[in-house]
Amino acid sequence: MKHIRPVNSEKVARETVGCRECPTSCQSACKTSCTVGNQVCVQMEKVKPNNRGGVKI
Amino acid sequence: MKSPRIHQFEINGEKLVFDVESDTLHQVDDLAWKVMSLLDAGYPVGRIKEILADEYFTQDITETLEEINYLQQQDLLWGSPLETTGTSESMVKALCLNIAHTCNLSCRYCFAGEGSYGGEDSLMSPEVGKVAIDFLLDNSGGRKRLEVDYFGGEPLLNFETVKETTAYARQRARETGVEFGFTLTTNGLLLTEDVINYLQAEGFSVILSLDGRKEVHDRMRRSPGGDPSYEKVKERLLNFLARWNGNYYVRGTFTSYNLDFSKDVAHMVDLGFRNISLEPAVSSPEDDWALSQKDLPYLEKEYERLAEYYLQKLHEKDPFDFFHFAVDLDRGPCVYKRLSGCGAGNEYLAVTPTGELYPCHQLVGDESLCLGNVRQLPNFIPPSSEAFPPAGPLHGKCASCWARYHCGGGCRAAARLVNGSFHQPYELECALQKKRLECALYIKSKINEKSTTC
Repeated sequence: MKHIRPVNSEKVARETVGCRECPTSCQSACKTSCTVGNQVCVQMEKVKPNNRGGVKI
Repeated sequence: MKSPRIHQFEINGEKLVFDVESDTLHQVDDLAWKVMSLLDAGYPVGRIKEILADEYFTQDITETLEEINYLQQQDLLWGSPLETTGTSESMVKALCLNIAHTCNLSCRYCFAGEGSYGGEDSLMSPEVGKVAIDFLLDNSGGRKRLEVDYFGGEPLLNFETVKETTAYARQRARETGVEFGFTLTTNGLLLTEDVINYLQAEGFSVILSLDGRKEVHDRMRRSPGGDPSYEKVKERLLNFLARWNGNYYVRGTFTSYNLDFSKDVAHMVDLGFRNISLEPAVSSPEDDWALSQKDLPYLEKEYERLAEYYLQKLHEKDPFDFFHFAVDLDRGPCVYKRLSGCGAGNEYLAVTPTGELYPCHQLVGDESLCLGNVRQLPNFIPPSSEAFPPAGPLHGKCASCWARYHCGGGCRAAARLVNGSFHQPYELECALQKKRLECALYIKSKINEKSTTC
């Protein structure tokens, strides 16, 4: 495309809904481990592993 | 108020459009930026062509509209709303075990009353730790992955209970087939060789507290007698780093005294740390270190400076991980997770040394929110929505925020501390969260640009 370049085309996982095995979310600033948007879906992680090296979230 | 479905923003000349519902990001040129802006404002195509006719060739406008139309058909622009029929049944997944209500530091900004949470100093017994593990298993609803975070005060002041509780959890894991993930948050002063070896062998994730530059760290993080702690902490953490082969984050706090916090991140990188988080202090507006709305313009530019530093290190092939920039657009949370918001008081609970349950660690000590005791509650009942109102992208002001599926609804404890109410989001926190997300997306676009042009 000439005017728009998609950075990603992987949409929100609507098919892996609600296994509820991903880490619990908490927004407290003193807990780095659990913000919602920074999490990786555990189902997707099985398909596309990517060792980030930080605290498992 | 209307829920935004796209978010347009610009950083360092890069024009980006984030599609809220599909979680996709697009780099756009000036024309596409203007067309999307007009479409989102409700202008019909014919009128858009008229408005832009003096500035752009008709063919370019038509091409842009065709590209937009194609992306809409793929559900990648103005995507269809997220919805789920997922269960709302309460199941506890994670416990924050306040293993020690005491601390060997006396940090000025500590929300926990310098470790004791406003009460007497106390330590959790191994017996309470084990009962808490049983409570977690009994109320986990059959989940396979459970989380235990050893927290304080300083949890290593009660290392024996950490070890006994972990051993018991391991035993119960073998019996039940569940998997426990353990995290320990420490100021580092008691990270001896034996402790490091133990944490390594048990596969802990470790969060280490360091605020950055010496003068920044020592301003807030001092011993109960007032002695600075930077040199001792640095020595311990570097020894940890040299021996550690597992998951960790170095985590600091910035205040109004170090608005230039990107220098503190750079300091941590220079020390050798590669997994870093730096968080804004949450405090009463009266505190001298409190951040305020007047700091926001500077803080927003500072996150942009940090993003540029992040990219610079990446290009130098010496990358580091900054927690808030680690947004994975391809493997992020599912719909259910995005809609469920913060887990406090539901999936996530804090346990005091005597076994009392609270919605989260930030609310420990507020007796009006005590949810009982792990020793007396075979079946956990979450707090009522009146006592502890729900949070998340579908509630209150969050429903009209473009970052709603990334944020989780903000920290309710912080909101109450600053605003006196769980219902009113903490606006500065919201603004910083949105800026961090913009920077994370900007980084994604720059990485993508490099990978597709090389």
